[in-house]
Amino acid sequence: MKILVCISHVPDTTSKINFTDDDTKFDTNGVSFVINPNDEFGLTRAMWFKEKQGASVDVVNVGGPDTEPTIRKCLAIGADNAIRVNANPTDSLFVAQELASVAKNGGYDLVIAGRESIDYNGGVVPGMLAALLDANFVNTCISLEVEGTSATAIREIDGGKETIKATLPLVIGGQKGLVEESDLRIPNMRGIMMARKKPLSVVEPTGSASQSEPSSFSKPAPKGSVTLVSADNLDELINLLHKEAKVI
Amino acid sequence: MSVLIYAESDNGSLRKGAFEVASYAKGVADALGTTVTALTVNVSDVSELGNYGVSKVLQVSDNALTKFQAKAYSSIIEQAAKAEQSKVVVLSSSTNSKYAAPLLGVALNAAVVSNVVSLPKSTSPFVVERTAFTNKAFQETQINSDVKVICVSNNSYGLKETSVSIEAEAFSPSVNGGSLEVVSIDKATDKVSIADAEVVVSGGRGLKGPENWHLIEDLATVLGAATACSKPVSDMGWRPHSEHVGQTGKPVATNLYIAVGISGAIQHLAGINASKVKVVVNTDPEAPFFKAADYGVVGDAFEVVPQLIEKLKAFKSTN
Ligand SMILES: Cc1cc2nc3c(=O)[nH]c(=O)nc-3n(C[C@H](O)[C@H](O)[C@H](O)COP(=O)(O)OP(=O)(O)OC[C@H]3O[C@@H](n4cnc5c(N)ncnc54)[C@H](O)[C@@H]3O)c2cc1C
Repeated sequence: MKILVCISHVPDTTSKINFTDDDTKFDTNGVSFVINPNDEFGLTRAMWFKEKQGASVDVVNVGGPDTEPTIRKCLAIGADNAIRVNANPTDSLFVAQELASVAKNGGYDLVIAGRESIDYNGGVVPGMLAALLDANFVNTCISLEVEGTSATAIREIDGGKETIKATLPLVIGGQKGLVEESDLRIPNMRGIMMARKKPLSVVEPTGSASQSEPSSFSKPAPKGSVTLVSADNLDELINLLHKEAKVI
Repeated sequence: MSVLIYAESDNGSLRKGAFEVASYAKGVADALGTTVTALTVNVSDVSELGNYGVSKVLQVSDNALTKFQAKAYSSIIEQAAKAEQSKVVVLSSSTNSKYAAPLLGVALNAAVVSNVVSLPKSTSPFVVERTAFTNKAFQETQINSDVKVICVSNNSYGLKETSVSIEAEAFSPSVNGGSLEVVSIDKATDKVSIADAEVVVSGGRGLKGPENWHLIEDLATVLGAATACSKPVSDMGWRPHSEHVGQTGKPVATNLYIAVGISGAIQHLAGINASKVKVVVNTDPEAPFFKAADYGVVGDAFEVVPQLIEKLKAFKSTN
C-alpha cells in the first residue's frame, strides 16, 4: 500500500497570534512551527501501516522553503520520502489542487490528511482533495484499518460515532483516536541522522486557481474581568447566571 | 437565484442549527435582494422554518438517505443549488455539514468558507468574517467564485425570527453515494451532544480521577447539559476522546460553559472561547481560567459542586 500523508506546517499551540503589514499578514516573528497536531496523528498511524503491513509512506507539504524543518521531522519520525510543493498556500482549493496533482502522480492508495489545520481551521482541504481525486472520503476519522483494498474506518459524529466501509483509493481527514497521544513519536538521534539522507523533492506548483483571499485580520476585543462569587454564596452565582447572564 | 440552505435534521426533526442557518441565510438574502430556499431530507413538518425567513422548502423523502452519507448528501444539495440557480449555499458547522461542504464546493466550483461569524460586510466584492487561529483571531475573507458555500460557525449568529409565508414542494434528486457504506451508527440517544448543547459542563485533572465524574454528570443532568473534559483527562482514559474539548479537540460554542478543576491552558481556552458565558470552579485563584471566565468560584470542586447541584435543583423546581 502506498500512503501519502499531507502535512500542514502550523504555529505551535502556545504562539502569540499577531499580525503585520496593516493586519494583512500573520506575524511569524518569534513563532515556532510544528507539524499540525491532526496530521501528526495521521502520520503516526501511517507508521503503523508501514511497520505492520509493509506500506510505503510519503509526506507532502504545500509551502515555502521555511517549512522544510517540519518536513524533515516527518522523515525523522519514519516517512520514506518527502515532497514539497514550492508555493505559499493561498486558499483551500489551491492547496487541494496541488495535493491532488502530487497524489495523482504518485498513484497512492491512501491519502491521510488532518481534519483541520490549527492555523486557519478551514477543514476543507481533505474533502476537496478527495473530490478532485474522485476517491472515497472519511472525515473526522478516529480509527482506520485496511485489508487489501478495503478499509474500515470509524468517523466521529455529533454525539457518537459511525463505522464506515470503503474501498481504496481513500482520503481521510484524521484526528486523535487514529492513534493515542501516547503513541506519538519523538524522533531519536538515529531517525534525525537518517532523515538528512532521505529524499526531499521540491516540485513547482501546477498553477492552481484560488477562489478566495484573506483581506485582513483582527483580534477579539479584550475580555472584561471575572466576577468572583464566594464558595459560601452559590445562590449568588445562580442568581447572576439567571438574571444577569440569562443562561439558565 | 435564492440563497439555499441545507436544513439539518435528526430522526425526522429539524436541528436547532437549521434555524440558525436559516436566520443567517435570510440576512444574506436580504442583502442580495432575494429569498431563502431550504433543502430538507426526510422531515415531514418543515413549517417552523418559515419563522426564520425560509419561504420555500425542497422536501426530499428517500429511504436511501436515512443515514447521512456525505457524497450522497453533497450531491443532492448540488442538485438543489442548480435547480434554484443559487449563488450562495449556507450550511452549519456540524460534523456532517463540514463533511459534505468541501465535496459540494468542488461539485459547484465554489469556494468553501467555514467558521463564518458575520453577515457579509459587502456583497460585491463578497466579504465575510470568519474565525482563525482557533478563535484567537478573526479573518476577513473575500470570496471571488461565482457560487459560494458558507459554513456558519455554531451559535455565532444566533436565531433571528422573521416570519414569512412558506411553501413546500417535493424534490426528488437522484441519489448516488458511490461505494462508501455507513455500516453502523453508535449514538447515545439519551444524551445531548456537545455540538447541540446549550450548556456544557467540563471537568479537568482537578477532579482527581474518573470515579469522581458523577459530580460532572450530576451537574450536567440538572442543567440539561453535555459533559466534556480537558485533554489530559481523555489521554489518561478517564473519559472518552469524544469529550476532549479545546484547540486539538472539539470546539465548544455554547451559551454556558462550566469548567471544573481545569487550569485554563491556552490550548483549552482557544477551543472553548466562542462560548458566550464561562464559569470556572478552581481551588487556585491564580489559575489562568479566571482571566478568561465571566464568573468564577475559588473553591474545592468536591465541596462546591455538590452544593451547586442541590441549589440548582431547588432553582429549577421553581423556575
Ligand atoms: C499541542 C498541544 C495541544 C493541546 N490541546 C489541548 C486541548 O485541545 N484541550 C485541552 O484541554 N488541553 C490541551 N492541551 C493541554 C493543555 O496544555 C493543558 O495541559 C491541559 O488543558 C490541562 O488540563 P487540566 O486543566 O485538566 O489540568 P491541570 O492543568 O493539571 O489543571 C487542573 C486544575 O485543577 C485545579 N484543581 C485541583 N484540585 C481541585 C479541586 N479539588 N477543585 C477544583 N479545582 C481543583 C488546579 O488548581 C488546576 O488549575 C494541549 C497541549 C499541547 C502541547
